[in-house]
This record gives sequence, C-alpha cells and structure tokens, in this order.
Amino acid sequence: MNFGLSEEQELLRDTARDALERLDTIASAREALDGVDLLDSWSTAAEAGWAGLVIDEEHGGAGLGVFDAMLVHEELGRRLTGTGLLGHVTATGLLNAAAQDERVATILPALAAGERRAAMTLARPPRDDDEGWTLDAPVPGGGRASLPAADAGGALSGTVALHPELPGADVVVVVATGPSGRVGAYLVDTAAPGVQITEVVHGDATRPLGTLELRQAASTPLQADEGDLARAWYTGQALLAAEALGVCQATLDLGVAYAKERHAFGRPIGSYQAVKHQLVEILRRIDLTRNLCFFAGYAADSSPGEFALAASSARFAGEQGADYATRTCIAVHGGIGSTWEHDAPLFWRRAQLSRRLLGGVEDAGDRVAGEIITTARDRVAAAA
Amino acid sequence: MDLKDTPDQAAYRQRVRAWIEEHRHEAPELSSGLHAADPTAFRTWQGTLADAGLVGITWPKEFGGAGLGPIEQVIVSTELRRAGCPGIVDHIAVGNIGPTIFTYGSSAQQERYLGPLLHGDEGWCQLFSEPAAGSDLAGITTRAVAQDDGTWRVTGQKVWTTMAQFADYGMLLARTDPDVPKHRGLTMFLIDMRAAGVTVRPLRQISGAAHFNEVFLDDVELPADAVLGPVDGGWGVAMTTLMFERLALLAAFEELGWSAEDFVEPVADLPAMGDAHVRQRIAELTTELLSLRYSAYRTLTALSRGDVPGPEAGLGKIAIINAGVQASELIVDLLGPAAIDGRWGDLAMEMPGLRSGGGTEEILRTTVGDRVLGLPPEPRVDKDVPFSELTTGKAVAA
Ligand SMILES: Cc1cc2nc3c(=O)[nH]c(=O)nc-3n(C[C@H](O)[C@H](O)[C@H](O)COP(=O)(O)OP(=O)(O)OC[C@H]3O[C@@H](n4cnc5c(N)ncnc54)[C@H](O)[C@@H]3O)c2cc1C
Repeated sequence: MNFGLSEEQELLRDTARDALERLDTIASAREALDGVDLLDSWSTAAEAGWAGLVIDEEHGGAGLGVFDAMLVHEELGRRLTGTGLLGHVTATGLLNAAAQDERVATILPALAAGERRAAMTLARPPRDDDEGWTLDAPVPGGGRASLPAADAGGALSGTVALHPELPGADVVVVVATGPSGRVGAYLVDTAAPGVQITEVVHGDATRPLGTLELRQAASTPLQADEGDLARAWYTGQALLAAEALGVCQATLDLGVAYAKERHAFGRPIGSYQAVKHQLVEILRRIDLTRNLCFFAGYAADSSPGEFALAASSARFAGEQGADYATRTCIAVHGGIGSTWEHDAPLFWRRAQLSRRLLGGVEDAGDRVAGEIITTARDRVAAAA
Repeated sequence: MDLKDTPDQAAYRQRVRAWIEEHRHEAPELSSGLHAADPTAFRTWQGTLADAGLVGITWPKEFGGAGLGPIEQVIVSTELRRAGCPGIVDHIAVGNIGPTIFTYGSSAQQERYLGPLLHGDEGWCQLFSEPAAGSDLAGITTRAVAQDDGTWRVTGQKVWTTMAQFADYGMLLARTDPDVPKHRGLTMFLIDMRAAGVTVRPLRQISGAAHFNEVFLDDVELPADAVLGPVDGGWGVAMTTLMFERLALLAAFEELGWSAEDFVEPVADLPAMGDAHVRQRIAELTTELLSLRYSAYRTLTALSRGDVPGPEAGLGKIAIINAGVQASELIVDLLGPAAIDGRWGDLAMEMPGLRSGGGTEEILRTTVGDRVLGLPPEPRVDKDVPFSELTTGKAVAA
C-alpha cells in the first residue's frame, strides 16, 4: 500500500503554492467586487504547465491525472485565484480522451500550452432516484433545465445559464442532446456565429459565471459516451472539493494566527475553549475533506467504479467544511472580521457561491446516498 | 497511489488467509456488540491466534510479537473480518497494557506477564479513572504507601474499569507522594486482582449490560516488584499507555470494519430511501466512515515512511463516535420504536458513553488545539501547587 503523495506530487503542490503566493490574488478578489478587472492569473497557470496537466504528452501536455489537478486546485482555493482552470481541466480531460479524432488532436497542443483556453458546460448525470441528463439550473414549476439540442448537422441551440468558468474561454465543450435523443459532447468555438457568452458576477468576483446562448451554432461532435460525460461531471465535483479544502486551510491559518495574538480578559482568545474547539472543528473538517479528496483522486485514476461516490463525498464534505470554516473565521475575528477590508469575508463569499454551483451540496449528498443505497440493495438481493 | 500489497505483504496475506481457512471452525460466533458477555471462548480463540503468531503483530519479537508493521496488523484484521471470525478479545491488554510493560517493565516483569497476556491466558484491566478524577487523571487519590520492608499498601477506589470482572491482573496508577505537585507524585503498579482487599463490583450501563466495574482497594499489599517504571514517575508511564491507547482504539474500530453499506442494508428497501432529508443523513454518516477508511490508509503510509502518530488521532475517535451515533439513530428512526430494544438500539445505547471513554470529546479537542494547532493553553491554577493543597482531585461533598 502506498497512499501518500509522491515526490513529484509534493513538488507540484509546493511549486503551485510558491507561484501563487507571488500574486496578490486576494487583494484583487476584493477590488474586482468594485468593478476593477480581476488579476489575470491564466499566464501563471500556463507558465507553470497547468494548462496541459491532464493532456497526454504526445499532444504537448504533462500526462498527469485528476489527483494532480486537485493538488493544484487546493492551492488555487487557498489563494482565491480565479484562473478558469477548473473549466479547462474538465474540458481538456474529455478532449484528451477523444483525441483519436484528428480535428481534436490538432487543437490539443495550443490548449496544452495555454495559448487557448477551454471550458465545459457540465451536465448532471442521472441519479438512482431521478432520470435523464439535465442542466443544474432548476426551472419554475419543478424539474431542471434541459440540455441544449444538436441537430443532425451538429448545429447547437439552447441556453446554459450561470455556469462557472465560461467567460474568457476560446472553445467550449457543450453537453447536448443529439438528434437521436442521446446525450453527447460537442465542441464550439466561442468566436463562431451564434455563440454568445454573457458574464455576470454573483457574490464572488474570482469566479465569474457565464450564460451561454447557442443559436444554430456550428460544432464538432466529439467521441464521448455517457461514461465520459459523467466522468467530467465528477471531475468538476472533485476539483471544487479540492478548492474548498484550500479555502478551509486558509481560513484556519487566519483564525489560528489571530487567536494567538488577540487578547481579551487578560489572555489570548485562543486559550478559551469556545474559540479553540471551533478552530479544531475546522481542522477536523479539513481532515475529513482531505481523506475524501485522496479517495477521489485515487478512484479517478485507479478505481473508476467508485469515482461517483468518491467525488460526491469529497464535494459534500468540502463545501460544508468551507461554509463552516469561513463563518467561524469571521466570528473568531470579532468586528474586524465583518469588514470590507478584511480577507475573511472574501473566503466566505467564495464558499457561499461555490457550494451552490454544479448541483451544490444537496445534490452531492444525494448522490453519495444513492450510491450507498444501491450497493446495500444489491447486497440484500444477493442474500435473498 | 495504490492500495495494492507489496509482494511480501501479498505473501503474508496468503499465509494468514490459509491459516484462517484451516482453523475458522475453532472460532466462537462473532458477538454483535462491541463487547462479549462472557469472554472465555474468545480468550481460548485468542490463544489459538497467538500460537499462530496472529496477536501482537506490531510487538517486537523478543516479547512474543510478530515484529511486523501496522500494515500487516491491518492485513490480519481484514482477513479475520473477511472470514467472519472474531479477533482478539483483550484489546486494552494487547493494545495499551502490554506495550506499556515492554516499554517500562523489568525483564522479570516482561517475562512473567507478556506471554500469558498475549495468549489471553490472563486477563488484564486498566485501573486509572476514579470517582473524582477522570479527565483530570493526575488528580487521583488512591494512595500507595511504601513499607519498611519494601512492600506497598494501597487504599482507594477505581471506577469505569472495563473487563475488571474477568481480569487476573490490573495496571494501577496510585499516588505515592501527595506533597509534590500532582503530576510528580504518581507511580504505576501491576496488581493481582485476586489479592486480599480487592473487591470488584460490576456496574450496569445504559443498555443494562455490565462491561465496566468499580474496584475497591482496601489496604491491599503489593510486593516491591509490583512497581512498573520509576517510583513517582508514573505520569510518564500513564502518558505512554494513553499514547498506545489512541492507536489501539483506531485499530479496534478498524477491526469492526464499519461501512456505510452495513448500516443502510437493514433499511435499504424502505420508501424513506427516497426522502431528501434521510438521504442527507446517509451522506453525513457515509462521508465520516469513508474518511476514516482513507485516513487509515494515509496514516499507515505515513507510519511506514517513518512518521510517529500524533495527538490528531483524537479527531478520528470523535469521527467514529459521530458516525456511530448517526448510523444507529438513523436505523432506529426508520425502523421505529420497537428497534430500540434490539441490535441497533443496543449500539445506539453504547454511543453516549463511548463519547467519554478513551478521553472525552472536550479533552480531545483541547489537546488537539494545544498540540496540533499550537494554540495557547488555558491558565492552570493547579500547576506548581503540592497535591495536598489542591481543591481539585477531591470528591464533591455528598
Ligand atoms: C465505556 C467506558 C469505558 C471505560 N473504561 C475505562 C477503563 O477501562 N479504565 C479506566 O481507567 N477508565 C475507563 N473509563 C473512564 C474514562 O476514561 C473517563 O470516563 C473519562 O476520562 C472522563 O472522566 P470522568 O468520567 O471522570 O468525567 P469528568 O472528567 O468528570 O468529565 C465530566 C465532563 O466534564 C468535562 N470536562 C472535564 N474537564 C474539562 C476541561 N478541562 N475542559 C472542558 N471540559 C472538561 C468532560 O469533557 C465531561 O464532559 C471508561 C469510560 C467509559 C465511558
């Protein structure tokens, strides 16, 4: 058994941490809320080689796995960096798997080098208790928004509302319903006619959302089956979990440092159990999430049958942990923690937005339960 | 990352599996709770396991152990569980007490006690907690007085002593010098539970069963060689025991092998499986249990790379109790009130007490806050004060 980081992985993580510490991403997160352009950290990502992380070496990438991407995302979360890497990794993971298609293979090197940016509209796979592929957005009156539709010539029409990581992408992998009713993946160029992405910021300027409108937009159909599309969804879940882990760690560091310094009633506030035990609870949730991130990273690369359970568990624990950690961080700081100038609210904003994206905490929890219920029912049936 | 055995581990697993296949008919039925009502048959089985080298896997060879690592320990417990066989019955003895004896004992003590302990021929209990001192363990009042001939006389009361009713020996913490600060005047002893003056009274617990006891010590005479470790150095010995206890607790739960599917199975066909709130509860307990499993893999990897286990293991205990509470209550909620008197109800009833056993949640959180996060400790009013002048450590007036 070898269930720890390899030396290469430690190096990848440490290099990411160093590179990101040189950028003033947190100040930028604050200023961007007032309309200043967000610091462009894509060049850092490209220079560090993260753009090609999950692209095979023969196409110019590093040929690494989901777990390696998660290590980088943890560091991105810790520094509230809005790179757009989550969209790029999910999209290029899928494109890399479809590279036997010559048209795909030719665009991979530019994506791997970071010269072009990819994004993906992730679709919810069916659960044990519901059917069919949908978008995340609920529709008034029940149910969820349906996927864009592709006609026989591959032209796409439809809307994907408020999806993370779309703004700024050069190409988008769109999950759409094909003419036969089957879901599939289609590659569109965002400069093409009939493709429009509108950017909006809700709560957290480091994570701009995009609404993608497609009107008879030309596309390249990709060779991807439902398994590939599900894998992309769960990869998104795993990357969000890793980011949440970074958010938890950053707020724990802030909270612990302050609790050691700030005195009240003649002693440091960190010596009061009410404060100490809350900080320990953040640590406990960090452990919980990190263990599950290891599970997700392991499953993605070595045990695909468990990836849905693993990624959903990590996401569920991570987003709940980030919610708890960021609130607690504000509380431990007292009045100063609720000011515009302080960093704690920026992490809180990130947690508030992230835990509501791509299915959110509830859907992740539901999927965890669904996987376990299915296994338990199989066992009951086998015993009967 | 991988979870595969190395060739050596695979060969070991194969040997263990073959042995179990051949001997499983000798094993008693697994008990459903965390404790067996009568340990006799389990002790015999522990002896059989010990003869085959399957007890004390991580103990050094010179003390009768297998001299292997924690990964082999897990291989043995996994294989036993896979075959539906019980493991050892004396977790406290093999996990906490034996290692304390091989760390601090004289060679005579090691020779006399470790073999029978490992084989389950002699049962042991841990006599630390008292009516007025549990979390504040250094506040115990059981007194051991040195006699001119080198023997000791012990008087006092211990409580919550797991398995004392079946124990032949006990590891006892007592005060030998009340006139120095409380951590400094303690000594550890090995005591014969059948010595004159020792009375054991089982205490019924929440579920109605009695797994722990109160133990009265009335002028019990102990020989000079009953001392374990240095006289007045018992605090260090006790800390070593508690360090081993942290690992033993996790190993014991690892042996139980709780998985979320086990808990969902009895309710898997109920319509409530479609209820959003129930599903969120299943997700909560599943994430805790999965995290424990992968935490164990991470810890084993770290240990095999040379790390030492730290106080953060306490967080694992908190997680186990959380998961046990959530799981047993969910099942009883879904099956209805009749399930309170059954297997799942029994488990639910063990949980509130286990929150205190092996260190209360508050004490564990404080330790982790101080030692892992480096937060400032609470001010201590009892620090450099002779024990005899303290108000702590004394029973509340009736
Ligand atoms: C099932 C079970 C088995 C056990 N087996 C054994 C055994 O075999 N041998 C043995 O020696 N002991 C055993 N114990 C005893 C166990 O170690 C003690 O119960 C435990 O250490 C708590 O001590 P206490 O019961 O005196 O509670 P107390 O220490 O009086 O604690 C009461 C409450 O006060 C809180 N508290 C105390 N001090 C602080 C503080 N500084 N800050 C915040 N809160 C505090 C505690 O968290 C708890 O909630 C067992 C207990 C149980 C439940």
